[in-house]
Amino acid sequence: METLNLLVVDDEPGIRSGVSRILDNYSVSYPFMDDDIGFNVKTAETGEEALEILKGEPMDIVLLDNKLPGIQGIDVLEYINQQKMDVVVVMITSYASLDLAVKATRQGAYDFVPKPFTPKELRASVETITKQRFLRRMTEKMNVEGRQVRFQFLSVLSHELKSPLNAVEGYLRMMEEKKFGNDLDQYLDMVGRSLQRIQGMRNLIMDMLDVTRIESGKKKRKIEQIRLCDICQLSIDSFQPLSIQKDVDVYLNCSEKIDLYADRQEIEIILNNLISNAIKYNKDGGRVDVSLRKEDQKIILSVEDTGIGMEEEDIRMLFEDFVRIKSEHTKNISGSGLGLSIVKKLLDLYNASIDVESKPGEGSCFTVVFNAGQQNN
Amino acid sequence: MLKKEKKTILIVDDDQDYLFQMKTNVKDMGFDVITAYTLKEAEDIVARTKPDLAILDLMMENQDTGFILCHKIKSKYPDLPIIIVSAVTAETGMLFDVTTDEERDWIKADLFLDKGIRMDQLHKEINKLLKI
Repeated sequence: METLNLLVVDDEPGIRSGVSRILDNYSVSYPFMDDDIGFNVKTAETGEEALEILKGEPMDIVLLDNKLPGIQGIDVLEYINQQKMDVVVVMITSYASLDLAVKATRQGAYDFVPKPFTPKELRASVETITKQRFLRRMTEKMNVEGRQVRFQFLSVLSHELKSPLNAVEGYLRMMEEKKFGNDLDQYLDMVGRSLQRIQGMRNLIMDMLDVTRIESGKKKRKIEQIRLCDICQLSIDSFQPLSIQKDVDVYLNCSEKIDLYADRQEIEIILNNLISNAIKYNKDGGRVDVSLRKEDQKIILSVEDTGIGMEEEDIRMLFEDFVRIKSEHTKNISGSGLGLSIVKKLLDLYNASIDVESKPGEGSCFTVVFNAGQQNN
Repeated sequence: MLKKEKKTILIVDDDQDYLFQMKTNVKDMGFDVITAYTLKEAEDIVARTKPDLAILDLMMENQDTGFILCHKIKSKYPDLPIIIVSAVTAETGMLFDVTTDEERDWIKADLFLDKGIRMDQLHKEINKLLKI
């Protein structure tokens, strides 16, 4: 059990011993918390004594009477504030004036408990504070983690954006220095590579915008009935230049008309990514099979290639941002490393699943299953 | 009369354009160059031969592949000078995750450089490490 340190500051001995007795063996539980929380109660008779205790060991909760013999409760509160201590303060007071209440709230007092209080009232107040404190901690932790994820994303992104800049700059420097003589033809490969890197960078920026739009939920979606076979055919057609270049044959197997309620653009992005990958990562002279079929309430789309395939360990990371499988086979293939992470994010919107089967050197098969039964996203 | 042997430099980077440019430029400095595109290729080369100096990219397959490769090479050849280059130095203040002396000690790189470095500067640094 986790224990919170609680300090009672009151000049009345009855209150001090009362609080100790009431909170002894008392614990707070909360569905989100792994552990119940109990209390370790300390007491102080005066404000001065309270300050000494606060300097010595960290307190989580302070129950503070305002009317004390020496310095007042509000002064103790001010000290806690100045030191930026992570403490929740509850004022316990018999005669709270409005003036004091405003002042104490401004100084960060969390709650007021009027004196005299019943054990039940005290426990209720302590329970609320404990839960509030737990939630605040969780929020802070999640904010920090969120910032870290963003920072990591940004540093990878900056790396991905700087690499093409470096490459193009390097080629320009070589041309400036006329590394390969005065014949312009000697530099055509470099110009070609530079243009490719610039195109890659443009694709990355477009993909980035897609990711950001999906993640922010700001993308306007238009859900309508769409015919999957037609969109598959369109996508295959749009990659014809690429498939001709790679000498890859692409086949569509779709025996019946299959309709899906979805955003047309999103489905296009998914299909374009899967089909272009199947062509890009194929062998010269290979083939791609795009199949669509319906089983009960399920719509099953598979994209199978005869390409370079992947190792088991690579598949696990495949749908994360900026993951690209690097090998001798993939070094001439350009990609942003965002395509499949976009596919996964979009499929999540439809509660659709995606599975990969792959054998190095033989090919990969991506299978997407839409549940046509629960179709109202 | 003994002819002075050319020194061999291993360059490892997953950006083939950068690899090609570095190869061209470092060759022009008068060195022999071996290149590797992946961590595995680099490990294979180091298992077979001992270069006189290695230039490693920091971020290859993973964010810290360069560190790991550096550690592995240094374990085998403690006296082989290693330069780690990266494109992310400027933004992250170079340290990325290397903040403690312990981590630096583990990596054992001789020099960290930004990828934007000018070739004449790089040449100077290589000569310094090779004690030419």
